[in-house]
Amino acid sequence: MSEEAPRSRVSPGEAALVLVVDDIADGRQICAEYMTFRKYRVATAADGREALAQAFELVPDIILMDLSLPEIDGWEATRQLKGDERTRHIPIIALTAHALTSAHDEALAAGCDAVVTKPVVPRSLEAEVRRLLDARAGHRPS
Amino acid sequence: MAVARLRAVPTFRAGSGPGARARLALVEALLAEPDPRGCAAVALAWLGRHAGAERSLCAVVEDGTLVGLAGRGLPAAAVSGFRLDLAQRSHPLVLALLAGEPVAFAGHAPQAFESPLAASAFQAVPLAGAESAGEVGLGLLLLAGPREGRRPEDPVEEEVTWAAEVLGVRLAALWYRRAQAEERRHRRERGWLLGIINAVTDPILLTDADGRILIANPGAERLLSADEKMSAGRRRAVALNNMLFSASLFPAVGEDAATPQELLLVDPIEGQDLLFEVMSTRVKIRRGENGTVSVLRNVSDLRRASEEIEENYRRLRAAEAQTRAERDRLDLILNSALDPILVTDAEGKLVLMNPPAERMFTVGAGGGRGARSDRWVRANDAVFTSFVSNLYTGPSMRWRGELTLVDPQSGAGVPFEAISGKILSRQGEDTWTVTILHDLTEAVEKSRLYEQVKRHSEELREKVEEATAELAEQNELLRRQALALEQASAMKSQFLANVSHELRTPLNAILGYTQLMIEGVWGELNETQQERQGRVDANARHLLSVINDLLDIARIESGKMPIQLGLVRLPELIDEVMAEVEPLIARTSLTIDRDLARGVPELRTDRQKVKQVLLNLLSNALKFTPQGSVSIRVGFDDRHVWSAVTDTGIGISEENQKRIFEEFAQADSSYARRAGGTGLGLSICRRIAALLGGEITVVSRQGVGSTFTLLLPREVER
Repeated sequence: MSEEAPRSRVSPGEAALVLVVDDIADGRQICAEYMTFRKYRVATAADGREALAQAFELVPDIILMDLSLPEIDGWEATRQLKGDERTRHIPIIALTAHALTSAHDEALAAGCDAVVTKPVVPRSLEAEVRRLLDARAGHRPS
Repeated sequence: MAVARLRAVPTFRAGSGPGARARLALVEALLAEPDPRGCAAVALAWLGRHAGAERSLCAVVEDGTLVGLAGRGLPAAAVSGFRLDLAQRSHPLVLALLAGEPVAFAGHAPQAFESPLAASAFQAVPLAGAESAGEVGLGLLLLAGPREGRRPEDPVEEEVTWAAEVLGVRLAALWYRRAQAEERRHRRERGWLLGIINAVTDPILLTDADGRILIANPGAERLLSADEKMSAGRRRAVALNNMLFSASLFPAVGEDAATPQELLLVDPIEGQDLLFEVMSTRVKIRRGENGTVSVLRNVSDLRRASEEIEENYRRLRAAEAQTRAERDRLDLILNSALDPILVTDAEGKLVLMNPPAERMFTVGAGGGRGARSDRWVRANDAVFTSFVSNLYTGPSMRWRGELTLVDPQSGAGVPFEAISGKILSRQGEDTWTVTILHDLTEAVEKSRLYEQVKRHSEELREKVEEATAELAEQNELLRRQALALEQASAMKSQFLANVSHELRTPLNAILGYTQLMIEGVWGELNETQQERQGRVDANARHLLSVINDLLDIARIESGKMPIQLGLVRLPELIDEVMAEVEPLIARTSLTIDRDLARGVPELRTDRQKVKQVLLNLLSNALKFTPQGSVSIRVGFDDRHVWSAVTDTGIGISEENQKRIFEEFAQADSSYARRAGGTGLGLSICRRIAALLGGEITVVSRQGVGSTFTLLLPREVER
């Protein structure tokens, strides 16, 4: 991870900021409420365009990205975020209702760090978030 | 006869001569008069008035003769009758003319010639004066009856010489003009003549007495003229032609010139021989010299034509001979032909028959049958005549038909095909009609049989066509049905996929909220709430698995199930599966056996799908076996690897063994509800096995247990 990633909100005493992206309100709410319950700070976006705007403005610590989105889909949004200096370092977990392996592969190819198939088990999802944040923290210079 | 040479003496005496006015009048009168004779008359009249010449004659030289032109005080005959040949050099008047100056003839001298003026004394004044001595002048004025007091020998008055001068000039001018006109006319006529001669294609020549060519038209020049520019060959040919032509010329002119004679020349350009007929005519070309006009007519073509006529005649004779030979041959053919052949003339009368025709048409040819036979012959004749008349009345050249004749010997009716053709003479008139009759007895029978066969085959063909059409129709129907089925199947699969997806979304929400509730996101639940929420969660999960199974079936049916091949070690995979069902095993008191053969070969297949099947079979065994054991074994041969799951469970009746692989079929529905499961599992397993080129079989006894075996090829064939 580069030296220019100082805007990470993961620091002692401060909860990590999770950006939840899903066009379906229930999906958004479940994730948002659970992550809040698990002491994360949460921001949400309902489509790819909004997701990009939020990501560039807030620079969250991690993004939960639904793939089938209006305007700009999750794959494209991921590509743009991973192609930008400001957001490249942010881990992205793809959430997909597509059971096909090709959808997984495409998500990884677009730059996602992990893929979770819907329906989401909240506990498992949180575990995956923590794993990724820890992995990043481990790579960070102290 | 006293002849004195007179000198013109100027008369300057005032009032004695005519004034300038009178002279001018003469000049004007002469200029106004276009005719020489008129001019002479004017001058003589003027001299009568002004010089006192009562009788006078104007004579002029024409063609070597001095002739009277006009007179005054003389009878007309004396004027027109005056002629003096200038060849009589010693004649006083000729001498006077040659002298070129006035001469006086005295009346007293004895007359050596008859005076044209009927007077012994007169003056002869040359017209316009001679240019030089010895040259014949234009003519003479003879004047008699001078004024009183004048003698003939007195010098001629100035008026006379002046008038003679003026008249001479005037006459000379008139004659010159006339000569010019004459010359022009001559030239024009000569042009026409040359044009005519040149236009004639036959060579025409005028030669002089020595054979030199004076005139030659282009046709003649082509044969007889050459210049340096022409080729040596052409010049040689021309020289030869000249020689031949000259040789032919001389004997001909001495003899009868009108007799044409033949002359063989060479065409100098083409090189071929040309045969000419030469017509020579003798003509006078100048005084005392004769020439020859020769007209050459090219008769080469005529010669060739007559040769051709002879040749044609020879050919005609040859053709005649050939025709005769052909006629003999035709006779032979005619007589040897088996079909009756008849020839009729323009009036329809029979002129020729061959023997088979005679048999049908000759009275008395019927053998011993006599009158009856003759009647049949006459009947045949009538039929035939009626047939041929078609040709005489119509414009067609050929007529074809069928007619039935009677055999005069047997009395049997014989069908004939008859073909008649007109033969025209060169002039297009009908001359003969030839009719050939062909016995159809056999043909009629054959045609009847043929018709029968044709009818049968037609019927057969129609039947085959009908059957074929029916088949095609059925095929088409089947094809459409197959298409419709295929479409329906595809639609069903698509529908299922859509439904699954649409079901998963709300299910996602149900599961999510339930989980959140169980997790205590909105506060801790009491025991009952916790338990009931657990049920919601379990049912939602069951629903999810049903949906997932449906999606699998839909994918397999629509051929959209992806297969990812890789190397698979079956024992390892079974370990994985066992680990996943560990929670299930933990709930039972069953004995689990693993019996894996050594050296199980690797498979090349889809790992995930094999795992899915094995998971299904194993969980089924665990679900449906209340007590006893579940064992899993692996075996292989050269081409296959198999895995068998055996349980000591409830077993499946034979009847149900056939149904369990169908969708939503469970052997015992009530048990199924208790044990869970979608009823789609085995159906999907069977389909996946087939997809991987293998199969699933079951051996079971109710109450004893079941063995499900998954058989897979070592290598999936694609």
